[in-house]
Amino acid sequence: MLRRLLHSIGSYLLLMRRTFARPQQMRIFRQQYLHELYSLGYNSLFIVILMSFFIGALLCVQIKLNVWSPWMPRFTIGYAMREVILLEFASSIICIILAGKVGSNIASEIGTMRVTQQIDALDVMGVNSASYILLPKILAMVTAIPLLVTFSIASGFIGAYVVCWAGGFLSLADLTYGLQHDYVPWHLWSGYIKSLVFAFIIASVSGFFGYTVRGGSIEVGRAGTNSVVVSSVLILFFDLMLTNLLMG
Amino acid sequence: MISLIDIQKHFEDQEVLHHISATFEEGKTNLIIGRSGSGKTVLLRCIIGLLTPDNGQVLYDGRDIHRLSKHDGTLLRQEMGMLFQGAALFDSMNVLENVMFPLDMFSSKTHRERLARARFCLDRVGLTDAENKMPSELSGGMQKRVAIARAIALEPRYLFCDEPNSGLDPISSRIIDRLISDITHEYGITTIVNTHDMASVRGIGEQVLFIHDGYAEWTGSNATLYTSENPHLREFLESDQ
Repeated sequence: MLRRLLHSIGSYLLLMRRTFARPQQMRIFRQQYLHELYSLGYNSLFIVILMSFFIGALLCVQIKLNVWSPWMPRFTIGYAMREVILLEFASSIICIILAGKVGSNIASEIGTMRVTQQIDALDVMGVNSASYILLPKILAMVTAIPLLVTFSIASGFIGAYVVCWAGGFLSLADLTYGLQHDYVPWHLWSGYIKSLVFAFIIASVSGFFGYTVRGGSIEVGRAGTNSVVVSSVLILFFDLMLTNLLMG
Repeated sequence: MISLIDIQKHFEDQEVLHHISATFEEGKTNLIIGRSGSGKTVLLRCIIGLLTPDNGQVLYDGRDIHRLSKHDGTLLRQEMGMLFQGAALFDSMNVLENVMFPLDMFSSKTHRERLARARFCLDRVGLTDAENKMPSELSGGMQKRVAIARAIALEPRYLFCDEPNSGLDPISSRIIDRLISDITHEYGITTIVNTHDMASVRGIGEQVLFIHDGYAEWTGSNATLYTSENPHLREFLESDQ
């Protein structure tokens, strides 16, 4: 078990060394990068906005109904919701969701390329297949995730405003005051920093599972599942580490 | 010319290739034949550098592919074309883009020249009309022909084909065989074809290497194949009759 784990970590590091090589053809790399930015980033925008909107609304309702009590100032609802969104939801939870959506997509796409010998074809031509396939995906994810986090934060706040306005849980003035109360910009930046690390984890770990597939369609499916599980666990592990480092 | 010198390959405790030595001549269609599981594909993967043999040398006109520097290895690979068993076309690209790909990656020609070369290769395999189709829209035989066009795009000196007829009907198989043979003679390239299709052996084989259980048991010209005394080769040939 330990030997297999060490072997996997070693293989992952070797793959990353091959991945971070200078692209052989910059023009093709740029095309690939833009394509991945659209495919991994833009195509995730809707789900991020949708989920963040509802989570923002739900957080507001839950805090009002189950946490808030009459002796607490009303603005604490907005304040608590903002902190949850900025510190954990927009960075960590959104990245776990994306590990499921984007990670499994990356692993199965690359895994299919492996079992249909497309990666072998690249290698035989003299193309650095790891760099050609993985580098644009990793860089696209690292570029797209901070933008998605920004949309997530905005959508969460909009969700809270909509539920307060429609449900009458809280006045919009109290919510706005809570959202602005005792704001620490570092909380926002630490969320962005964490999301960059998580973006790298999602793309590189999923890419590793896809790239190292051996066998057929069952193994490709298994690689997709494993990539989601391992990425999610690593995100939570690094979340703990980074939170201690950045906030401690 | 490609020379194999004492190639050995193990997978864990199992020895898959036993001290294989052979020579594949330039301008000829060289066949590696043998039963399924005899080690043909492992040998071909060692020859093209996708697997590294545990022992021995693979010499491309004197250059050992497994001991070249990264830069020289990349240059050598640009002299190689490969037709995979499943064609291995890039499914995110259309036919023309697939054929253009090696040119886009490695050729110093202008876009117009690369396009002209890709169209010439497609014309050579009879698929001019299919350039905008995606690989999934093509039949198995057409996919193989596109893969041949891609393989010859950079005007290779060495062409490798792994089971080029697998999954094809007899007529498509003969078309692919004829293309491989014609291209080999037309450009004077060293071609190695991995096959167990006896129609291919009879049709295009010029030099034959017979592999049995990882041993190179017989090598010679197609003309002497049927007069061989090797019992395993005789059994293999007779199974077709």
